[in-house]
Amino acid sequence: MKKLGEILASHQPFSEIVIGNAAIARAMLEAGVRVVTSYPGSPTPEIAEALNALPKESQPPYFEFSVNEKVATEVAVGASVNGHLSCTFFKSVGLNVAADTFVQLGLMELIGGMVILLGDDPGANSSQNEQDNRHYARLAYIPVFEPANAQEAYEMFKEAAALSQKRRMPVIVRLTTHVCHAKAKVRFQGWQPRPLDNTPRFDVKNGPYIPISASVFPLKRRALEKLSDVAAYADASSFNAMTDFQNGRRGVITMGAPFLSLMDALEDVTAKPDILKLGIIHPLAKEKTLAFLRQHEEVKILEELDDVLEREIKALAFEHGLPVRIIGKKDIDDWLGEYTPDKVAQVLYKTWPDLLAKDEAKGAPVASRAPRPPQLCPGCGHRSAFYAVKQALKESDITVADIGCHTLGFLPPHQMGQILLCMGHSSATASGLSLFNQERRVVAFLGDSTFFHAGIPGIINAVFNRHNLLLIIMENGTTAMTGHQDHPGVGKNANGATDAIPLRRVLDALGVTNIREVDAYQQSKLRSLVEEALLESGFKVIIAKHPCMLKLTKEMRRRGQFRGRRVTIAPTCDQQHACIAAFACPTFQRTADRQVSAHQDLCIGDGSCLQTCPTHAILAPSDSAAKGGASHD
Amino acid sequence: MTEHKFDIYITGVGGQGIGLFSEALIRAADHAGLVVGGVDTHGLAQRGGAVVSHVRIGPAYSPLIRRGCADLAISLESYEALRALQEYLADAKTLLYYDVRWQPLSVRLGKESPLTDDFIRQECLRRNIREIRVAPESLTDSRMQNTVLLGYLAKEALIPGVKLQHYEAALNDLMQGSMLEQNLALLQKIASA
Ligand code: SF4
Ligand code: SF4
Repeated sequence: MKKLGEILASHQPFSEIVIGNAAIARAMLEAGVRVVTSYPGSPTPEIAEALNALPKESQPPYFEFSVNEKVATEVAVGASVNGHLSCTFFKSVGLNVAADTFVQLGLMELIGGMVILLGDDPGANSSQNEQDNRHYARLAYIPVFEPANAQEAYEMFKEAAALSQKRRMPVIVRLTTHVCHAKAKVRFQGWQPRPLDNTPRFDVKNGPYIPISASVFPLKRRALEKLSDVAAYADASSFNAMTDFQNGRRGVITMGAPFLSLMDALEDVTAKPDILKLGIIHPLAKEKTLAFLRQHEEVKILEELDDVLEREIKALAFEHGLPVRIIGKKDIDDWLGEYTPDKVAQVLYKTWPDLLAKDEAKGAPVASRAPRPPQLCPGCGHRSAFYAVKQALKESDITVADIGCHTLGFLPPHQMGQILLCMGHSSATASGLSLFNQERRVVAFLGDSTFFHAGIPGIINAVFNRHNLLLIIMENGTTAMTGHQDHPGVGKNANGATDAIPLRRVLDALGVTNIREVDAYQQSKLRSLVEEALLESGFKVIIAKHPCMLKLTKEMRRRGQFRGRRVTIAPTCDQQHACIAAFACPTFQRTADRQVSAHQDLCIGDGSCLQTCPTHAILAPSDSAAKGGASHD
Repeated sequence: MTEHKFDIYITGVGGQGIGLFSEALIRAADHAGLVVGGVDTHGLAQRGGAVVSHVRIGPAYSPLIRRGCADLAISLESYEALRALQEYLADAKTLLYYDVRWQPLSVRLGKESPLTDDFIRQECLRRNIREIRVAPESLTDSRMQNTVLLGYLAKEALIPGVKLQHYEAALNDLMQGSMLEQNLALLQKIASA
């Protein structure tokens, strides 16, 4: 078996099939990164997995999952101003959490260098929006590299780290979902670890590091000067390169993954447009861009998400009085979704209808039957909790979702959670919903990892300002949605054992006095606790606890302890289908003649469904034989 | 080195181990000396949603296959096999699927009718697609279903240039110990059946 960590730590040059995220981990070793911080979020957690797989002898960087993205950024800044090359990474919307810190970074002399890896998510594959973080880079005067594939991710990370160290400035490497996850054979260079230098080099003489009133201006001037130096560097960089098809009439300026889609979409085209692919996308390589604009009569700006590049290039052409026709986005569709090969073919067809056969540009999704949205796992405690909570609520009550696996509760049949903004919003949004509201009771949900990440201020506010709501904390002992990372309540961190910070004790200390706790599998108890709590006024908390069953069963399988137990359906089943229609464990299958069976690949035998059957026809694994239950596979 | 492109579209349901399956395919193609790449598109789908993996052999740029352009569609589950067939497989190509069914919610709720044995067959006939349906076997671990499919890929030589020894080498890259032995034995049994 090939061990990823050992391969990535090789001193010799090698080639290996890896995803972009793993290629980045190797680049960190070669670049000499000392400190890496993160908060888990798709599409980036595999970077942490690759780092954690590195053998200790390879001197991997110090790594931590911090409490949230803002804290992760600050830890990396602290390391950098002390002389260590650092890196922080997180998902697209994580930058919103980090923004208060992030926007200051350009003003700081980061003597060790610092790379910020952003996992943007065009197509909103696993995010609540598809925000284009290039806007933030402009706001904060920070350069951006954008790789198109795993090979470039590896190379650009190293280049970004070198630039950051040299200019003592933050540099962004912007990844997108299918760059993070794309697998390909990457050619890695050889590497010899350098001797470690732990000297604390923090010195106010490198600053000032206190940006207050008048001192802001020299710092801002310095940030802008650095950025304009990087523009010259971008003009010289081979990452900004032209693919020359000898087409004097038409050209395309693009970057990142859309470049790859463009090459595929042009496969059968004979008169291919020339292509300028930008690898450093901010600041703009002006000379190269101008030269390209001068060489063509028409230039299409092919850009995923927003029109950042389009505006800048149009302004540049105007300033230089160029006659070139610049074609940007044509309609709102061009702002939406990932620029896959199909999407790019559509965009090209709208731009130059003669270029592609209409047929080539179709790509419209076939409406397919039986959609299969994600759902809570078999045996998930959240399902039990939602099933019970729903029974305690009235149709008119308002439920507020938060981020995590439990967000999936908004789907049928539970439909628990009617509004969602971002991590940790639920208590505060629910507080607002409760104002002047006597008739409709307000219930908020929150996961435990999210509680520590951004949930606490909303809770403090609810206590402080005496809001009237019920908060149900769904505690599953992990950060489940992103692949089961530990959080501060667990007693483990990325490096081993640590002191657990029990959620209950935090609530007590915050002054929450109305708290109830229950195992989420105890459905009737949870139901009556919700009913009880909703009769009381003020801020109430119920902690509905059950370990994440996917994590638990995975660990049991790994240790060889998992026994294929499953429930069976007794002949007494009178086909009320409550197990399917109200509880909805994916295990329950239905035949054409309305019979129900428990799927043998799916059921984990935990029995949380037993209580939901009005005729008690679901038999626990141990009871099945005794009561003569039949299994229909 | 291949000159011809060969695009493989793989579907399944979160939890079936599609990531390991497509990694095995990519590694097998690499062991066969082919240029290969791909991507798993999982998103939130690890929680029992539809999962998809693209594998591209030959001179391709994007890791993503275009709709209606796949040379081979492989599904670990029957409802997803139908979806792969309708959305990504080109006419007159091949569909390989393991006929296990994890009903989508709409079917379980009775809002859509369950898939019938005939439905996929008719659709394949209509579009001149070769249908290879693999009937479920009894296995100690349901995730070995994926190895059964690898066995069929080898037996029927469904990926040009990739042979049994390449699939074996891929499993060797990805597994060890008794898990490796069991899967190799299953692969060889099916491939030589
Ligand atoms: S991963 Fe865990 S918490 Fe998330 S849906 Fe599955 S069992 Fe529930
Ligand atoms: S025992 Fe089986 S059917 Fe019941 S909730 Fe658990 S996984 Fe679902």
